[in-house]
Amino acid sequence: MSVLFAILFYAATLILAGGVLYRIYDYARTPAPLKIPTTPAPTTTGGVAFRMFREVVFFESLFKSNLWIWALGWLFHVGLALVLLRHLRYFTEPVNFIIAFVQPFGMYAGFAMAAGLAGLWARRFLVERIRYISTPSDHLMLALLLGIAVTGLLMKFVMHTDIVAVKTFFLGLMVFEINPLPAHPGLYLHLGMVALLMIIFPVSKLLHAPGLFFSPTRNQVDNPRETRHLAPWAAKFEAKN
Amino acid sequence: MADETTPVAVAPAPPAGGTAPGAAGGITPAAKPAAAKAPEKAKVVAPAFREYPTIPALQIDAMVDSNPYVSAAVHNEAVGFPGTLVDGWEQKAVAKMGELLGKYRSLKVYMDACVHCGACTDKCHYFIGTGDPKNMPVARQDLMRSVYRRYYTLPGKLFPKLVGARDMTKDVLDDWFRYYNQCSECRRCSVFCPYGIDTAEVTMAAKEIMDSVGLGHKYVNEIIAKVHKIGNNLGLPGPALENTLEGLEEDVLEDTGAAVKYPLDVKGAEVLLVTPSADFFAEPHVDSLIGYGKVFHAAGISWTLSSKASEAGNFGMFIGNYEQMQKIAMRVREAALELGVKRIVVGECGHAWRVAYAFWNTLTGIGAGASDPFAIQLQKQLDPNYKQPSHICEVTWDLIQAGRLKFNKEANDHRIVTFHDSCNVARGSRMGDYAGGQFDIPRNIIKAVANRYVEMSPDTTHERTFCCGGGGGLLTDELLDLRIKGALPRMEALNRIVQHDGVNFMATICAICKAQFTKVLPYYGFKMSMVGGVHQLVSTAIVLNNEQ
Repeated sequence: MSVLFAILFYAATLILAGGVLYRIYDYARTPAPLKIPTTPAPTTTGGVAFRMFREVVFFESLFKSNLWIWALGWLFHVGLALVLLRHLRYFTEPVNFIIAFVQPFGMYAGFAMAAGLAGLWARRFLVERIRYISTPSDHLMLALLLGIAVTGLLMKFVMHTDIVAVKTFFLGLMVFEINPLPAHPGLYLHLGMVALLMIIFPVSKLLHAPGLFFSPTRNQVDNPRETRHLAPWAAKFEAKN
Repeated sequence: MADETTPVAVAPAPPAGGTAPGAAGGITPAAKPAAAKAPEKAKVVAPAFREYPTIPALQIDAMVDSNPYVSAAVHNEAVGFPGTLVDGWEQKAVAKMGELLGKYRSLKVYMDACVHCGACTDKCHYFIGTGDPKNMPVARQDLMRSVYRRYYTLPGKLFPKLVGARDMTKDVLDDWFRYYNQCSECRRCSVFCPYGIDTAEVTMAAKEIMDSVGLGHKYVNEIIAKVHKIGNNLGLPGPALENTLEGLEEDVLEDTGAAVKYPLDVKGAEVLLVTPSADFFAEPHVDSLIGYGKVFHAAGISWTLSSKASEAGNFGMFIGNYEQMQKIAMRVREAALELGVKRIVVGECGHAWRVAYAFWNTLTGIGAGASDPFAIQLQKQLDPNYKQPSHICEVTWDLIQAGRLKFNKEANDHRIVTFHDSCNVARGSRMGDYAGGQFDIPRNIIKAVANRYVEMSPDTTHERTFCCGGGGGLLTDELLDLRIKGALPRMEALNRIVQHDGVNFMATICAICKAQFTKVLPYYGFKMSMVGGVHQLVSTAIVLNNEQ
């Protein structure tokens, strides 16, 4: 089983990293031929960086749009971020003091994450408009994330596993050694779902994470009259004129 | 879907008939409403005002019968598209999508990034007015996203049902033609999307794909053909234009005693004014044109119109076609070079200002900061002390601030004025030196020329403004039902201040808004003369030198 999980995580990591890097390369190489920032938009690069910061950290546009989705979505994402930071202790020895500091917060963040996910999922059933636009994969994605959160919380609070051994397993993977993984159904489930999430990331709507940074309506500087903006394929038309 | 109801199967549609009085881009200036009205027009009524603007319940297929006329072969071919639906259009449409995915980062990112969060679902005026779920921005995008997933993503190829992927079929194409022609490309949804997904980009791509396989929208393609042939959307030839302008000069002289000129093709003028052709003859548009002339007259600025570029509108944007958009914009560059002007100023037109402000520098070099010979040729001719191009409101506001214009504000006292932010100006452009200048400058002008001003609800102004319901190439009579329903949120906001503050004039700076409201206001119980231009107010109050 340990070998199986080792192979699974090597594959998942390769797919996640390779897939997302390819997507980023693909977005970056695709030109944005016209200036289309949603205005009012910042007129300087610094302003755009600040706009992006507010979008990424506070979900500013979503806040303007719908307080319920914002509250649930933000709860989930912040919870997830803290939980991920907390989990860095499985990959580092000695543990960085920031990661050590975050541990108790990360624990409660697990509940916030699960609550946010449950709320978002409930909306898919309860709100007619969102029920209409939901596909089976939208439900499965929430089920997967909630499954990860719940199995994680169960291992923390109900059916403990040998986390020292888990840490040894992952530290080992990082130097290409396979150490025994505790035989624990909750852990198998948790890790299996995490690996699945990593694998589907580059081909799913989870691409919203890199996508936001490449969204022309958000990342363009509003200065079309001051500088000439020309995509290579569009410049070819000019030669004809 | 039964074949007889599918739009694509229909042979060349009957003529579009009369457009709204003064439609920006009506079919011809003389066009009268067609004698034979489509049967559904009998039941066109405005939806009731809601006491509290709540989100409507879904009404599946409420707008499934709303179809624009299919472009006849002659109009498609005039713009360089196949005349009718081509053989093997399914593969060709999918291939065209692939081409656009490689050319537009917006499309590529927006196809991938949506998480179906639902934030946009209640933001579209057409959804609010119709309750048709396919008018929710995300659902409109999904009409294309489902096809994208099927052909361009692994999960869509392997498990189409799971991720909502669909084959490119006739039913899908019919839905595209219906519902991408129920989007006015106003970008309101893009304000609220956490990733900035702009449905207008998706709609434009869909129209580009449909045109490329021979399925065009008659109203738009006919107008583009006209612009290339005659120089403006209305097909108003040079001599007629000259006549109209001479008539205006006589009218203004009679009204004011001032010899205000409306010059055409004057070489060596300082300013080239490019304005929507509706300004030349349509009510209330022409009152703003009169106003521009008075501003230039009072400030002593020499200016000219151009018979070659007698149209600011650029319907190339509506169909997402870069080459068409560039070709239409090039007329302005050529006119500027021929006339040797120092400044290019754009009249009151929403999408035209977006194209001018955001795209002209890219498309034609009208702007600044270029390093290539094509753009430098023009940019060295233009005066760097002014923004190129400038909006007429920027010109007027600068003159007001410099104390070069005098007003008798009391002349507007019979009006209680509000301002409708036009979508393309609000969310696709800017005026002045700072973000949001496009909101302040027109309001500043109004407050400088009129004493009584009232704002509409902040949920419906500035970047949250609602489209008039007729933008994006939908200003055509066969879509009247859609246009009336799409105007609902704006009409509700207007109604509140009409009831509460007695507002009797809604100023706007867009030819399509003016034409759309003129048509639609009566359906909601308002007078059509309630709508007018900002420079109509300027025109009323401005004190001309000759009068002093």
